[in-house]
Amino acid sequence: MATTTHPASIGAASGDGTEVAASIAALITDAPVPHPTLLKTFGAMMAREFRVLGRNAASTFIRAVMQPLLFAFVFAYVLPKIGSGFSTGSAGGGITFSTILVPGLMGSMFLMQGMFGTTMPLVMEFSWQRTIEDRALAPVPIRVLAIQKITAGAIQALIGAAIVFPVVYWVHAPGQGPHIHVSNWFLLIVVMVFASTLTASLGLWLGTVVDPRKIQMIFAVVLLPLTMLGCVYYPWSALHVIRWLQIVVLINPMVYMTEGLRAALTPGIGHMPLWAILLALLGGTLAFGALAVRTFRNRVVN
Amino acid sequence: MTATTVRPAGPGSSAELAAIRTQDLRKTYKSSRGDVEAVRGIDLDVPHGEFFGLLGPNGAGKSTTIGMLTTLVAPTGGHAWVAGYDVTKDPVAVKRRIGVVTQNNTLDMQLTVAENLQFRSRFFGLSKSVAARRADQLIEAFGLGDRKNAMADQLSGGQARRLMIARALVHQPDVLFLDEPTAGLDPQTRVNLWDILQVLHDQGQTILLTTHYMEEAEALCDRIAVVDHGTVLAEGTLDDLLADAGAPTIVTVRYEEPVPAGLAERAGLADRPGVTKVETDGDQLRVFSGDSEGLLGDLVNIGAANGLHVRDASQVKPSLETAFLALTGREYRE
Repeated sequence: MATTTHPASIGAASGDGTEVAASIAALITDAPVPHPTLLKTFGAMMAREFRVLGRNAASTFIRAVMQPLLFAFVFAYVLPKIGSGFSTGSAGGGITFSTILVPGLMGSMFLMQGMFGTTMPLVMEFSWQRTIEDRALAPVPIRVLAIQKITAGAIQALIGAAIVFPVVYWVHAPGQGPHIHVSNWFLLIVVMVFASTLTASLGLWLGTVVDPRKIQMIFAVVLLPLTMLGCVYYPWSALHVIRWLQIVVLINPMVYMTEGLRAALTPGIGHMPLWAILLALLGGTLAFGALAVRTFRNRVVN
Repeated sequence: MTATTVRPAGPGSSAELAAIRTQDLRKTYKSSRGDVEAVRGIDLDVPHGEFFGLLGPNGAGKSTTIGMLTTLVAPTGGHAWVAGYDVTKDPVAVKRRIGVVTQNNTLDMQLTVAENLQFRSRFFGLSKSVAARRADQLIEAFGLGDRKNAMADQLSGGQARRLMIARALVHQPDVLFLDEPTAGLDPQTRVNLWDILQVLHDQGQTILLTTHYMEEAEALCDRIAVVDHGTVLAEGTLDDLLADAGAPTIVTVRYEEPVPAGLAERAGLADRPGVTKVETDGDQLRVFSGDSEGLLGDLVNIGAANGLHVRDASQVKPSLETAFLALTGREYRE
């Protein structure tokens, strides 16, 4: 690798033809020999994601913190203060609404950050300029690029979900703080990894099958139903009084995320059987992951 | 395509010896409104070190062909090898050996000029420090020193195109693909880019260029394939193409009045020495001839003798444009 400087430059006003030719010759003859491997390329792609994430850290943080902040403020501070809302209070068995809300908010953050952290960049990359070709030409199979995008989205989802903890601990009315106890760290980690991967896969799939011009539809058609019917604000077991709804929501992957987080964070609140949660999260992650990789490849390679 | 015509890449095979080789390469896009045959069986053979041009109007199938050769478009028929590797069977090996400058600006807009080069280098396995040095070297050589820390979306069209070429060279590719690299650029920037490409070629870089600018193909390419409607109409050096197409000088006279029917025949234009074709089109009379001496003056006189007043006249010497006209029977459409 040459470390010399090059006085002539192409397209610059100075430098005669000989110098320019020498400059180009040096570029070609002194070029380092590349030895790409799958791991090196994957690592470089992840490094690129972190560089972009770091550059947009402020806007990403604001986007991530607003939802849990407002939810906690309204449900754990405003409503208890004005004497209405969902709070069961300490008189109601010691379960505050914020305790129920924490797993739900985390699930909601997984969905928001994981899905949109993957979908929105894709909209730009698949626009008419097709900047996706920049990384599609990297020396790895296209499916590795898809997995890298899922991984990057999952990491964003994990960061987004982690923001919920400090927010709900600090923002609540007196006596309305959440009561969280991690009884099973392994379960928590497994659920968080599956939840983040599943939502990022869902985001990649949607980003490759939805027309970029109609991407706003995802808010109304996907995000809203998944969140409102995803046991974010109530445990699944509480739906037994509306049996048909309790059954219908089982098709919603959000239900298993929030129930899994409840099982790990608030075991005192009733939740689904663990086997059902883990099976659904594993199956959903594999199914949406495989689907997303396939549709991504079909979209990149015409 | 029959199996017997397939030549797998391997030691000593012609596919390996050529930098680019295609056999009956095809691409048909399926859609609900009917299938579109973008490429209808293209055969190419580009040796190492050659500057090869794919010339054709927009929609001729050039970009689809380059897309297949760079693994971003899946062929629906035929075979293609780049640097000895099958583009469908071993796309990763192909991607390791090619640099691509696409028609659209595919720079990473979230990164700076330097970062675009550094990360591309790292995608190809270079360490962080080597990638940084390589980026600096390319930035200086391509005259982007004062834009090193600018975001990619802040570059002018010419700067962006230079950066795309620099990015395509970070890993010393065997074959450089350039898809309409000067489209939309001003003439000065275009000529600057031509200089870059010429120097690269002089250094032995194999280049495949697609363009719809005739003068670009004429100025840069060792050999040219004229493509239209997804097929290669002719292939060879510029001299070959002009000779094979019998590319004549085209003399066109446009009159104020419509040309009367049968005027060309009555004037005996087709019987003149060297004339290969005579066309009448409304108010225009166009004569294709290998010997254009005195032809323009004769057309003016013939018009005057028949009450026609000349509005304008042109004489186009043998060129790719006249060759294209002779090959396709129609004017070149950019």
